[in-house]
Amino acid sequence: MAMLDRKLVRDLRRLWAQGLALALVIAAGVAVIIIAVGASRSLEETRAAFYERYRFASIFATATRAPLHLNAEIARVPGVAASEPRIVQPVLLDIVGMREPATGIAVSIPDRGGQRVNQLYLRQGRLPEPGRRGEVAVVETFASAHGFAPGDRFSAIMNGRKRELTIVGIVLSPEYIYAIGPGDLVPDNRRFGVLFMSREALAGVFDMDGAFNNVVATTLLHADTRRVIEAVDALLEPYGGTGAHARKDQMSHAFLDSELTQLDAMARIIPPIFLFVSAFLVNMILSRMIALEREQIGLLKAVGYYDLSIGWHYAKLAIAISLVGLLIGAAAGTWAGRGLTRLYSDFFSFPFLIFRSSFDLYLLAGGIAIAAALAGAARSILSILSLPAAVAMRPPAPTRYRSLLGERRGLTLFSQMTVMALRHLLRWPVRSALTTLGTSLSVALLITALFTYDAIDAMIDTIYFKAERQDATLTFASERAPDAVDSAAALPGVLRAEPYRATPVILRNGHLERRLSITGLPERGDLARILDLDLNPLAPPPSGLMLNDRVARLLNVRTGDHVTVEFLERGHVTRELTVTGVVQNYVGLTAYMALDALDRALPEGPRVSGVRIRIDANELDAAYRQIKETPAIASITLLGLSRQHFRDTIAENITIMTTVYVLLGVIITFGVVYNSARIQLSERARELASLRVLGFTRMEVSSVLLIELAIIVVAAQPLGWLLGYGFAFAVAKGFESDLFRFPLVVSDATFARASLVVLFSGLVSALAVRRRVDHFDLVAVLKTRD
Amino acid sequence: MNAAASRTPVPVFRISELTKVYRTGEVEVRALNGVTLDLHEGEMTVLLGPSGSGKSTFLNIVGGLDTATSGTVLFKGEELTARSERELTRYRRHHVGFVFQFYNLIPSLTAWENVALVTEIASDPMKPEEALVMAGLPDRMTHFPAQLSGGEQQRVAIARAIAKRPEVLLCDEPTGALDSKTGIVVLEALARVNEELGTTTVLITHNAAIQKIAHRVFTFLDGRISHEVVNERRIAPAEVSW
Repeated sequence: MAMLDRKLVRDLRRLWAQGLALALVIAAGVAVIIIAVGASRSLEETRAAFYERYRFASIFATATRAPLHLNAEIARVPGVAASEPRIVQPVLLDIVGMREPATGIAVSIPDRGGQRVNQLYLRQGRLPEPGRRGEVAVVETFASAHGFAPGDRFSAIMNGRKRELTIVGIVLSPEYIYAIGPGDLVPDNRRFGVLFMSREALAGVFDMDGAFNNVVATTLLHADTRRVIEAVDALLEPYGGTGAHARKDQMSHAFLDSELTQLDAMARIIPPIFLFVSAFLVNMILSRMIALEREQIGLLKAVGYYDLSIGWHYAKLAIAISLVGLLIGAAAGTWAGRGLTRLYSDFFSFPFLIFRSSFDLYLLAGGIAIAAALAGAARSILSILSLPAAVAMRPPAPTRYRSLLGERRGLTLFSQMTVMALRHLLRWPVRSALTTLGTSLSVALLITALFTYDAIDAMIDTIYFKAERQDATLTFASERAPDAVDSAAALPGVLRAEPYRATPVILRNGHLERRLSITGLPERGDLARILDLDLNPLAPPPSGLMLNDRVARLLNVRTGDHVTVEFLERGHVTRELTVTGVVQNYVGLTAYMALDALDRALPEGPRVSGVRIRIDANELDAAYRQIKETPAIASITLLGLSRQHFRDTIAENITIMTTVYVLLGVIITFGVVYNSARIQLSERARELASLRVLGFTRMEVSSVLLIELAIIVVAAQPLGWLLGYGFAFAVAKGFESDLFRFPLVVSDATFARASLVVLFSGLVSALAVRRRVDHFDLVAVLKTRD
Repeated sequence: MNAAASRTPVPVFRISELTKVYRTGEVEVRALNGVTLDLHEGEMTVLLGPSGSGKSTFLNIVGGLDTATSGTVLFKGEELTARSERELTRYRRHHVGFVFQFYNLIPSLTAWENVALVTEIASDPMKPEEALVMAGLPDRMTHFPAQLSGGEQQRVAIARAIAKRPEVLLCDEPTGALDSKTGIVVLEALARVNEELGTTTVLITHNAAIQKIAHRVFTFLDGRISHEVVNERRIAPAEVSW
């Protein structure tokens, strides 16, 4: 090994603690890149492979009842590769051991010729045989939640009649990778299931012989999706078509998209923070090292080493530390990435989901980490070039300090120790500022992590307490006359019943358009409430419509603007409506109208889609019994259970995430404060040892060091709060999708907790360095130069 | 002992009107003010003079560590003063050995490794252990600088300087930080190198007693040479009285 490399190895051994603190910061950045990009790739590639192999549709459409022969025409639409007519019906499930009814979706599979679109992946058993009414294949998530295996039985209320079903197969579908029940925010596999049955059997149950109410189609590569949708819409319109849509409006697909968006946001926001801090730490460590080794550098130059070889020697130190960080980060990232993928398999049903950590990802992460370290090293290394050999041989002149403001006026506000600390801080203003910034970044990172609790709490409070105040929502299989509310009100224990009507529309403003559902609410309702941007309840507008802020932004409209509303059910009526308000709603794309106004806007007159009810908890069982026997009721959403499930699911995920972030925050604090303290100590060893010689106690001497660190850590707090709020904003924005919005709510407790973690880890790092002051060898320190 | 001097002197360096001016802010310091002299092959030369008289500046320029403001330095007939930084580095790498007052060893390398640091990049070096034996330090090769006494450290520095078989050995106060006994050991090592390898040696010292070991002595004053002495009779380092 070359002598300079031996020196390198020994330098690394000597600097191990500082090097490790830095390597951990680099590791954190590397790990996040590997987790986020790796998980994103796994999800995206697995999804693409599943879609392709199992022919996931690109076009989805529903109708009331279309004749089967129409499918041949749909299949002939230019751009369509294959189309499949289906019967899709909501059903209520009655499962032994479950008090409340679960909801399900029954989907037909063709009896002849096999599935051409949205093929099923058979995990266990077989598919139902043609015409067998009692046979069903269920999605794996639902089967696992109930411990079902082929041969097990459960009941379903289909079209008002209870039927015994036997599970013959357990399947996965590209259409239900993320299977979410009506009214839920996260999947609840116990209360929601997808059932696949023979077309003939399902047609018999729902009186759909020779007809279909749902069609899915794959398209050719480069097909114009818009044109295909228009053609399909035209064909289905006479049969109650409600407008075809593409993948982006398909629930399962959209949820996966939103997860990918979040991973991308994570990859874009977090690693740069760590790489910035690591560049800064490299700079701090190297410039100090080079200052200390001036004479050695001069010697190397004197004996004939080229500037380049000397610079390379120090660059190698930065690279070596980066490599250690890369190694730790790659191991941690791969491990955590696998964990995240396991977590995903709880939510997303894929035939397989493997964490993809290909070599190029490590190469990318490593390249970025080393580039950051070298960027940090550049300035110090360049300073070597400008150091003439002869000058390098002489020790540097004493550091020039400045008087503090006010000192000249004879103010003696501070003790000499504090003055020493302050002068040192001001002597290196850039470094002090960067150290403060580095520490504040860990405060910010912690706020970013902890704020998700606040955001989720705010979401739960808004959705489940302020906006939706019912105990349950009953959805009808199809729209009913308004008197259906009376039969809901007549259910045992029902204290209050309020109807609602939801109808699919396309809202347009110029070239901007969005497909969503308008909800009509009774004017004097109490169960479902519209909330303004400050979360105060609003009455539904007597005319016009209200949009949630996401829709308003997507369509670029404000209160008072007009939008064109195309009602997709029956006759495709188009109306021009005024936006009477922009409202807050963290989930989905929503628009509200007064029920009366909605009824007036549509040709068929008053109708209701479902009823919200408040119910006496003691009468629940009786109510459930009756609901199961009411053919009109297609599904029931129990708010209490949804809320509890949402909280539990999210809490589990956030706890994992927060633990990771707190760890990352502590790593940054430790990296910054420890390194800063070590460098201070090295710069001031003589000074501090002299103080000890003069008779100052260890405590007094270390106070010089601790005061400076304390000033930095305390000054970092307000800056950290500000940055943290900014990061929280970036995260809320980055995570935003049509499905979810994170409210930007940061509680005082979050600011306080973030600060406490940083202050505490700062204190621990400072005390680790303080121990070195206690063990000063006074004579040795004073004997050596500098 | 006067083998080199008794032959017709062959100049290794021809230095004429060497001037160096340092400017710090508005202050102008004339460190060298027109120095002219020749340094002969195989000769041991001592430079005497008070602090600030220009000895070190002279040595640094001759060694290619620093550049002159004006004047010329010819090394074996070639101009040194006009060379680029890179050429100067090559010159130092292949032709010059340095010994400094404060040894300037790399603390994280052992004695042997400190010497090897130079032999690695030299064109025709001796083995590090050979150099250490010649410098009188055969049994401390695996020690780190912190485990060596001042005299031992300085002998490692000498071994490092001679290991490349330099044409010229430049020593800036090599005994300045040492007591008399150790100083003599170091001087003996330098004299041995000068004798056995025939290396042209220039030695800066404050200590007038040392001048007697040299072939010629130049005394510096205010950036000039105030006088030159040729020693008719040199003494051995052991005879130097501090």
